[in-house]
Amino acid sequence: MKITRNEVEYVAGLARLSLQEDEIDALTSDMDAILAYVEKLNELETHDIIPTAHAVPVENAFREDKVRPSLGTAKALQNAPESENGCFRVPKVIE
Amino acid sequence: MELTDLTLHELRGLLAEKKVSSTELTKIFLERIAAVNSKVNAFIKVVEEEALQAAAKADQRLQTGDTAPLTGIPLALKDIFITEGIETTCASKILSGFIPPYDGTAVNRLKKQDAVILGKLNMDEFAMGSSNENSAFGAVKNPWNPACVAGGSSGGSAACVAARMAAATLGTDTGGSIRQPASHCGVVGLKPTYGRVSRYGVIAFASSLDQVGPLTRDVEDCAIMLQAVAGYDPLDSTSIDTPVPDYPAGIKKGVKGLKIGRPKEYFIEGLDPDVASTIDRAIATYRELGAEIVDVSLPHTDYAIACYYLIATAEASSNLARYDGVRFGQRVNPGEGLIEMYRQSRAAGFGPEVKRRIMLGTYALSSGYYDAYYLKAQKVRTLIRQDLNNAFEEVDVLLTPVAPSPAFRIGEKAADPLQMYLSDIFTISVNLAGTCGLSLPCGQSQEGLPIGLQLIGKPFAEETLLRTGYAFEQATDWHLKKAPL
Repeated sequence: MKITRNEVEYVAGLARLSLQEDEIDALTSDMDAILAYVEKLNELETHDIIPTAHAVPVENAFREDKVRPSLGTAKALQNAPESENGCFRVPKVIE
Repeated sequence: MELTDLTLHELRGLLAEKKVSSTELTKIFLERIAAVNSKVNAFIKVVEEEALQAAAKADQRLQTGDTAPLTGIPLALKDIFITEGIETTCASKILSGFIPPYDGTAVNRLKKQDAVILGKLNMDEFAMGSSNENSAFGAVKNPWNPACVAGGSSGGSAACVAARMAAATLGTDTGGSIRQPASHCGVVGLKPTYGRVSRYGVIAFASSLDQVGPLTRDVEDCAIMLQAVAGYDPLDSTSIDTPVPDYPAGIKKGVKGLKIGRPKEYFIEGLDPDVASTIDRAIATYRELGAEIVDVSLPHTDYAIACYYLIATAEASSNLARYDGVRFGQRVNPGEGLIEMYRQSRAAGFGPEVKRRIMLGTYALSSGYYDAYYLKAQKVRTLIRQDLNNAFEEVDVLLTPVAPSPAFRIGEKAADPLQMYLSDIFTISVNLAGTCGLSLPCGQSQEGLPIGLQLIGKPFAEETLLRTGYAFEQATDWHLKKAPL
C-alpha cells in the first residue's frame, strides 16, 4: 500500500475537504493506484538535474508602481456569500 | 449549403461584402444552437440578448468599413473564461451563480474587434478531465456519434465547432485539453506556446501548464483566431513580450524541404490500428508535398503522464484553495465555525475528479513527500523538455497522433481514473515543455469517428505549425467533413 486510509483522512484535513466514508474508501484505492503508477519516475536518476518550475524562462516581471483604477469595493463584494460594512463576512474565527 | 457550414474566413468575406449582416448571422447561429445543442450539450449558457446587442454594434462598425478580422463573427467561449456580467461556472457547482465583475484579456481582445459572443461552453469541471464527463452540467456528446465522448476538457468548445453552432471557439489546454477534443470531434485545435496568450481572466487549473487557444473549422481560421488573442499582456506576468507575427499571412508557404520528425516512442504497441494507419497516410502525404521525414527519439515520453499528474495536481491543489465560500462561490455553513464552513463548502461544491486531484496534489506537496513527488516530477520535467529541445536540433516539426484511439464510449473509462489519465499520453509533453502543438483532422476510423494529427513545434513556432497544417489541408479534404447531426 502506498497510502493508508488514515493518511487520506489527514490529507483531506490539509485540503479542507470534508469527505464521506465511501469517498475516503474510493480515494484510498484511487490514490494508491495512482501513486503506485507515478513510482515509475524513480527509474530515472535525477540527482544532478535542475528542476523545471516554468518551461519558458521568465525572470521576475517588474512594473512601475503606478496608481491605477482598481475593481472597487462594490464589485469586489458582488459575489460574496455574505458581506457587511464593505467587508466579507465569515463565521466566527475565535471562540 | 447553410451559412453555418461556412468557415470563419468565408463568413468574414460575406460580412465585408455586406451579403449578410452580423445580426442575420447571429440569429442563424442562435437558431442552429436551438436546433442541435440538446443533442450534444455543448452550451452551458446561451446569451441571446447580449449576442444580438453585440451584433448590432458590429453591424454599425461594418458600415464604416473600419473593421477588424473578427468584427461581427459569432464565437463561443469555454466556461473557464470569465465574462463580465455573464455567469461563469467552470462547469462546477461551487461557482454556480458567479457573475464576474470584469472580462479577461482574451475576451477583451475579442470584444475590441466587435466579435459576437454567443455563450459559454461545457467543459470538464475546472478543466480536469479527458472526456468532458466530469461536468456539473452533464457530459458533452460527440457530434459524430452521441454515444461517444467529445474529449476533454474543452469538449464543449470542440463539439460546438463540429456541430456548426459557432464560427470558432476558445478553449484552454493544460495537458491536451484543446488538441484531444479537437481530434475527437474532427476540428482544428491549437495549443500555443506557454506565454503566447495571456491567462489573465482564465480560471486557473495548473498555472505553469495552462494556455489559451482556438478551436476552428480549418487552419486559416485558427491563424485568424490566434492573431486576435496572442501577445504580451502586463496583467499576466508570465506572458512573454516577444513580437507577434502575421499568422494568416504565413500559412501558404508550403512544406518543401521542411524536416518533420517522427518520434518512435509515439508509435507504440496499443496504438489503435485505425489511428496508426491514418497517421502513416498523413506522413506519406507530407512526403509527397516535399517534406523530409526523419526518425527521432523522445526517450522520456513514457514518464510524461506520471510527471504531469504530480505537477498539475500540485498546482491545482494550490489554485483551488481559493474556493472556500468566503469571497465568491457557494457557501455551506453548518454553524460550526470557519474551518467547518470551508470543509463543507468545498465538499458540496467540488465533483469527484476535482476532489481526487486536490487530494493527490495536496499529498504530493505535503511535508515529507515534497522531494519524493513534486521535486522529482519537476526534475523529470527538465528531461522531457530536453528531449524536445534535442529533437528540434534535427527537425522543424514533430508529427504524432493526438490520442491513442478515436473517441471512446461515454462511461467506458469513467470508473478508472488512471486509465483516463493514460489517454493523454501524446499531448502532455507539449505542456510540460511549454511549447506549441496543433491538432488537425487527418482521417476517420472504420466506425466513422474523426482521427487527428498532432504537429509539435519549437517554442513560438506557431507560424511553422500553421503552414504545415495548411499544406496538409490543401492536399486532403478531412477538414471539410461534416458531422451527421
